[in-house]
Amino acid sequence: MRGRGQYVADIRLAGLQDVAFVRSPQAHARIRGIHVPERHRGSVFTSADLVGIKPIRAVSGLPGFKISEQPVLATGKVRQVGELVAMCVAPTRAEAEDIAASVTLDLEELPAVTDMLKAREPGSALVHEHWGDNVFLETNYEVDISAALDAPIKVTREISTARQCMSPLEGRGVVATFDRRLDQLTLHSAAQMPHITRSGLAECLGMEEGQIRVISPDVGGGFGHKGILLPEEVCLSWLTMQRGHPVRWIEDRREHLVASSNCREHHYRITLYADRDGTLRGIDCEATVDSGAYSSYPFSACLEAAQVASILPGPYKMPAYRCRTFSVATNKCPILPYRGVARTGVCFALELMLDLVAAEAGLEPGEVRLRNLVLPEQMPFDNITKKHFDSGDYPEAMRRALAAVDIDAIRVRQGRGEADGRRIGVGVSIYCEQAAHGTSVYSGWGIPMVPGHEQASARLTPDGGLELRVGVHSHGQGMETTLAQVAHEMLGIDVAKIRIVLGDTALTPYSTGTWGSRSMVMAGGAVATACRELGERAKRIGAKLLQHDPASVVLQNGEVRGVNGSVSLKVIAHTWYRRPQDLPADVDPGGLEVTQGYKPVRDSGTFSYAAHAAVVAVDPDLGEVEILDYVIVEDGGVLVNPLVVDGQIYGGLAQGIGTALYEEMPFDASGQPLATTLADYLLPGATEVPAARLDHMETPSPYTQFGVKGIGEGGAIAPPAAIANAVNDALRPLGVELMQSPITPHRVVEAVLAARAAARSAA
Amino acid sequence: MKPAPFSYERPRDLDAALSMLAASNGSAKILAGGQSLGPMLNLRLVQPELIVDISGLAELKRADIFGEELVLGALVTHADIEDGRVVDVTRGAMRGVAANIAYRAVRNRGTIGGSLSHADPAADWISALSALGARVTLRSLAGARTMAIEAFVVGALESALQAGEVVEAIHVPTRSASAHWGYAKSCRKTGEFAHAIGAVLIDPAAATARVVIGAIDTAPIVVTDAAGLFGGRIAADYKERFDARFADALLARAGIDDVVQRHIHVGVLRRAVQEAAA
Repeated sequence: MRGRGQYVADIRLAGLQDVAFVRSPQAHARIRGIHVPERHRGSVFTSADLVGIKPIRAVSGLPGFKISEQPVLATGKVRQVGELVAMCVAPTRAEAEDIAASVTLDLEELPAVTDMLKAREPGSALVHEHWGDNVFLETNYEVDISAALDAPIKVTREISTARQCMSPLEGRGVVATFDRRLDQLTLHSAAQMPHITRSGLAECLGMEEGQIRVISPDVGGGFGHKGILLPEEVCLSWLTMQRGHPVRWIEDRREHLVASSNCREHHYRITLYADRDGTLRGIDCEATVDSGAYSSYPFSACLEAAQVASILPGPYKMPAYRCRTFSVATNKCPILPYRGVARTGVCFALELMLDLVAAEAGLEPGEVRLRNLVLPEQMPFDNITKKHFDSGDYPEAMRRALAAVDIDAIRVRQGRGEADGRRIGVGVSIYCEQAAHGTSVYSGWGIPMVPGHEQASARLTPDGGLELRVGVHSHGQGMETTLAQVAHEMLGIDVAKIRIVLGDTALTPYSTGTWGSRSMVMAGGAVATACRELGERAKRIGAKLLQHDPASVVLQNGEVRGVNGSVSLKVIAHTWYRRPQDLPADVDPGGLEVTQGYKPVRDSGTFSYAAHAAVVAVDPDLGEVEILDYVIVEDGGVLVNPLVVDGQIYGGLAQGIGTALYEEMPFDASGQPLATTLADYLLPGATEVPAARLDHMETPSPYTQFGVKGIGEGGAIAPPAAIANAVNDALRPLGVELMQSPITPHRVVEAVLAARAAARSAA
Repeated sequence: MKPAPFSYERPRDLDAALSMLAASNGSAKILAGGQSLGPMLNLRLVQPELIVDISGLAELKRADIFGEELVLGALVTHADIEDGRVVDVTRGAMRGVAANIAYRAVRNRGTIGGSLSHADPAADWISALSALGARVTLRSLAGARTMAIEAFVVGALESALQAGEVVEAIHVPTRSASAHWGYAKSCRKTGEFAHAIGAVLIDPAAATARVVIGAIDTAPIVVTDAAGLFGGRIAADYKERFDARFADALLARAGIDDVVQRHIHVGVLRRAVQEAAA
């Protein structure tokens, strides 16, 4: 850490002015008037000024999807607190905020839709009146649920996860400038998917894509928050073209918390059916996701909920399944896929329920998992929703996790009790993470973005170095390191001489970008493919220089070798670029720069997975939860760089602990977000994240280059379930059951008091 | 998150500061460590016309013992106390409290006088100093007045400070050799504001106790005659005699309607009592 990062907020351009927005103070209201003081006319812009700018539309092709249009500045109505109403520009942000504070809004308050379950009921206020209801999309999936109904164990619960804010260290930020000579808009934006941002911008601005260049410099964490097209990006693009000088908007923490995008708010009504020995007979579920007011570009408002139906069964075998899902519009920020996307909620719901099945069956929770997980000899395995598991040994991961926390010793300790009055509990969870899923999966969603072949460009430089250009982006994943490792593997060039170029639509091949744990699989595969072809070209030139038959030379350790001798890639590059007179006339004219595309053998995704085990101590009087031990047994296929993988897992774990114990954006009945600073919206810090113990398994994927699998999100998926199960394990003797995240002291004590009251009235 | 425009003065001595405050007719805010005022300015929750930055006033940074009490200048920082740079008459009680205020970065700049002036119910000093029986001196151009901490804090973010007045000093009585001290709090995470505070100063030999329940929605509950919390008398067995129902009733009387909150407060207070007895 040397403080040399260059983020959007570090960009300095001559004539740069700052933007602050007037945002809606109400969740749902009709705009009767926007009053700008005379002295600030010309510095304030509203939707009436944005002539020709189209609203953001992210349409899903799934049948029944209802379209929302998100105006970049509100028109007619505001549908969430924080919605952009007017744009104010001034030499500094403070002055722009002064102008924004002088603008007054005349709003006619409308009833706010804040509860996704009530929002589904007839008679609810409507977020988008012309829909007639508040449901973006309803989906149904069923495989023979009637076969499960006679199971001797039937457990039904309601389970929910709180609404969260993704909270990367760096928020969003935009610096827009227009070059009249090139007729080109350049948008610097903290973005995960610059090429997708460009497509979305072009659609909203009515410009050709070639007129727009999107540059995403260093990015301080993405997690999904930086995957969407922002109304702010459209606004600033328009503004710089109007004003002729660069403009900047940097998201502040309050904007991030109350106005930007949220995630994770799921509700499940779920029933598990099982035999007495814990064998799963089926799952019946109704899942509702609070999608917020608008469908975000490009993922849409329904990716999260509709995905629930397909991923809920996960790595478990079962003969019957039914899941109905609802993506519900409310007067809140749009929901976005956050690290783990729907899997964190799904894992929470299913793994909490499996513990209840274990309790009913009188079995260890680990035993119930082992009884129902897909077995290694069944790989590749198609589960009940036709998810195709490529490889892995799930039971082994679970067994190792149970052994690592020493489950038997914990049971003995629980029997003894704790001197300080706290209660010890242990919880496990397991998940699968479908990653790098491609065309066949995403074409089914019909959203504005479908990944195809991933491309990479590889260029040997005249001095023998290598430049790699990729359309994915790195926001802390260390892809500058791991992609260079891949190129080194293929060409033998020292990683110190390999440069990775990313984050710029003008310099990189088109890509849907970095999301869905896809970059190592897709860009890694593309880099390997491009480097392989580059190696072939170098071999043909080297063979000429060695006066060999090209078929008789090999590329090893950065040299083309034949029986008579060898020639280095450096010499080959120098000859090609600087001394072409040394090349024979019939040399391959293709040169030493190639762009190649890549897809895995199957594009249904890699399946990495991990078993998590948590040991906690719970204070039933104060409701405090301390994590005493945390073990993760992870299988991400072949690991390109174990240190980078460990970093991903630790970071994900921290976010998972946030979901489990701390993070929650509550709203009041009028739709006001109540956690407006980080004093109210609690993120785990260093002292809240234990030194987890990691164990790796490495089952190669049969479908990808090198057998790698995507692992970027997994760390954030399983912790809420493992921790909740551990808390419930600790408190089960008191009759306590917590089915909602986060597990706050208030919720723990409330449940303890309720259980005591129930015990008293029973006695 | 930029503050609304304000004027800024950094007076050289307390008299100059008091004159500026008097002249501002209540439109000024005093800046000391700025650990609460800074964010409030940035969030535009306060929009003063004038900021009077008193952080340069050496006369408010002193710590002297006068007779049976320690007089701490308002600008003594939490870290000054945590690190033992100022003398301690509480046999470690204040150092222990200071060491657990927020984060070190906050403790480096945050001041004891600023914390009291802000009167955040969840902050540590208003509860800890009430239990220790401390007093505070307020000064204006018109003169000085001194009052008990519990009289100074009148509600959430509300103190007895009047326009033109500044917290000048805190008077901490020497903790007697026989007095037991217990301080406990529950925070969602390390360094966050507490959602429950219990502070007790119990002297079984003298049969006296001061008990504080803090971090409630209003001023802390300060019980100066706490015999009722211990079954009517304070003696060596006070830990066993702690009456949770009495504490719960105190909270209910203070308007804490949520039974869960009351339960947590009582639990934290019990923790403080146990610590005192340990």
